[in-house]
Amino acid sequence: MKRALLAVLLIGAAPAPQVNRDLLMSADAPLLADYGLFDATGRPAPGVMPYTLNTPLFSDGAEKYRYVWLPPGTPADYRASTALAFPVGTVLIKRFAFPADARAPGQAMTPIETRLLIHRPAGWAALSYVEEGGQAVLKRAGKRVAVTQIGVDGKAMTIDYAVPNQNQCKTCHQSGEAMTPIGPTGGNLNDGRQLQMWQASGRLVGLPANGGVRLARWDNAAEPLEARARAYLAVNCGHCHNRAGFASNSGLWLDPDETEPAHLGINKRPVAAGRGSGGFSFSIAPGQPDQSILLHRMLSSEPGIMMPQFGRSLIHDEGVALLRKWIAAMPDPTPAAPAAAATPSGR
Amino acid sequence: MTRRLLPVSALVMAIAAPASHAKMIHVGPGGNAQEKLQTAFIEAAPGDTIHIAAGRYSLADGLSLDVDNVTVKGDGPGATILDFTAQKGSGEGVLITSDAVVLRDLGIENPAGNGVKSKGSDGIALVNLRVEWTGGPKSTNGAYGLYPVSSRNVLIDRSLVKGASDAGIYVGQSQNIIVRNSRAEMNVAGIEIENSYDADVIGNVATNNAGGILVFDLPDLPQQGGRNVLITGNQVLANNHPNFAAPGNIVAGVPSGTGVMVMANDQVMVTGNEVTGNNGNAVMIVAYTQAFTDKAYNPLPRGVTVAGNKFTGNGSKPAFKGGTEIAAAVGGTVPPVMWDGITRYVVPGGAERAATGGISSDAPGITLNLGLQGTPTSQARPAPLPLAAAAGTRAAIVLPAELEARAK
Repeated sequence: MKRALLAVLLIGAAPAPQVNRDLLMSADAPLLADYGLFDATGRPAPGVMPYTLNTPLFSDGAEKYRYVWLPPGTPADYRASTALAFPVGTVLIKRFAFPADARAPGQAMTPIETRLLIHRPAGWAALSYVEEGGQAVLKRAGKRVAVTQIGVDGKAMTIDYAVPNQNQCKTCHQSGEAMTPIGPTGGNLNDGRQLQMWQASGRLVGLPANGGVRLARWDNAAEPLEARARAYLAVNCGHCHNRAGFASNSGLWLDPDETEPAHLGINKRPVAAGRGSGGFSFSIAPGQPDQSILLHRMLSSEPGIMMPQFGRSLIHDEGVALLRKWIAAMPDPTPAAPAAAATPSGR
Repeated sequence: MTRRLLPVSALVMAIAAPASHAKMIHVGPGGNAQEKLQTAFIEAAPGDTIHIAAGRYSLADGLSLDVDNVTVKGDGPGATILDFTAQKGSGEGVLITSDAVVLRDLGIENPAGNGVKSKGSDGIALVNLRVEWTGGPKSTNGAYGLYPVSSRNVLIDRSLVKGASDAGIYVGQSQNIIVRNSRAEMNVAGIEIENSYDADVIGNVATNNAGGILVFDLPDLPQQGGRNVLITGNQVLANNHPNFAAPGNIVAGVPSGTGVMVMANDQVMVTGNEVTGNNGNAVMIVAYTQAFTDKAYNPLPRGVTVAGNKFTGNGSKPAFKGGTEIAAAVGGTVPPVMWDGITRYVVPGGAERAATGGISSDAPGITLNLGLQGTPTSQARPAPLPLAAAAGTRAAIVLPAELEARAK
């Protein structure tokens, strides 16, 4: 009785928040619906705001719908090449769905899973909810889902889609010891409008007056090849392949800020690639895409060879084509003449 | 109060241990192995033990553990078998990313990539494990059997690895390491310590690999300057398997017939081993051979001591480049120890540097006298290595007592 009265009073004081903030902060709900982020038809609750990225991760061709919910009155702080500094209470949401026909994107969509990144006081938590019998159900251990689709070639196909387990979420989302969002960096959100809109609505502070750096659209042929390739590598590889990521030990670092040619893979020999090397000597052999380990691993869908190690079961032909073009156009950097005054490194 | 839990219909159940909050999570064979095991790996709390009962578990994806202070235990390497023959995803069979973890008494078969990998673990013990590619040695097998990397306080004990297309037991970019009482056979490299500090490789058997025991350091990596490695009390027997590594990898350059190989490390002791029947060099000591651009990298072997080993029947058919000619020049059989004699290198874009410590051996050896790093072996001027008095050993590596206790 009392509780009901309190609820009525609260509703009277402010519009009923549909997003269940307390539950988001405190518990891993068994059903996505428990959090109140979407209504039964999939419409986002008030305050759950869609956003887009210039260059997304390839996920077997899944179409991804991204949303962010920020606790009212607490903006994110701008960061250029890492994810924005989102306040505690933030929820980042990504819904994965496949169109019945890959040639008709956005139509006759079958939802597969919804991934949440929840910024709790102890850090970010990653949860995945998989569509099962009309509900989105929490799956900590991951799941394989057979997705049937008419492919781009017009033929029926089945995608062996893998929902990641909770540890795999962390593998990609780790930076040092902590979990962190990957996609919504200042650069990747910068489409000329979106960040300005966030700023105007009080969701973002610290945005440079010029809008900040911009990560290229990997699929926009009008942009420079170099920028498109680096954007593709940053998003599809750089989350693990950076100095604080899961693949730090490889010495192959593909985040957007890396400038050292050897660490970008240019004439870099494999370390622990094993048979993933494909018999080639360098991650990137300039001018020779078909002699480059990086391309070889993108062209494989076999575990132990393929990169990324998970998150796809198909080969991303368009991504391969882009990187092939980039490596082919790369001049072979003959070793530079010895620097005039080298500083001893102190040994 | 004693509380008795009835086994729930599920095969995964938790029993509360009386003394602490640590619990035993039991997983048994049967359907849905992937989800059962991965769920146990996720839901374990620090202090828990996950017991995987005897049986064969067919897994389509890798398993991963990210909870500190967990023991995962099977009923023996021939009884509890994690079968990755049908693996469709992940780069390894079992991945561990947390601290103070013991994985023991399990068999791991046919992982598509590496067998067991730990990344960034402080405290990782891999005990009484068997990692095996059951189709025999093939270049399509996974790279490493047991693979701790960027870890510290690493123990590998009483384990067996067979068929890895790179190194059976590989410890990379790690510190404070013991690899002991284990067996590596029919891999390209048996045991490899790479870009690591403070390691004991002790009491192992490396046999029928292309190379038995390797100590390497490579450029362009977050941790380099490999040093302080003791190789002692091992049996390094007939490592004459053809090298079946994919070209391009550093181990693809290891000549078949190599017993122990030390490349670009500082303070390595090879003492008290039995090195028998390796057709090439019983002990090969070399600089990194490739060109490099990393200014912080030192490609030279330095401070390497070979003492008190028993060498028998090695060196009759050296497979390394120029080996036949060198063997012929010294009477048909290469002596136990061969050093490339590289003592100097040029810092990329900088000055020439010399080695800071010598190479000493109490067994017969030759130096190729190549001098500057990058000089091809065609310019070798073989000469006998002067014999040095046997050197003493050094203090053993000590691991945290708590980890050792759980690995007993």
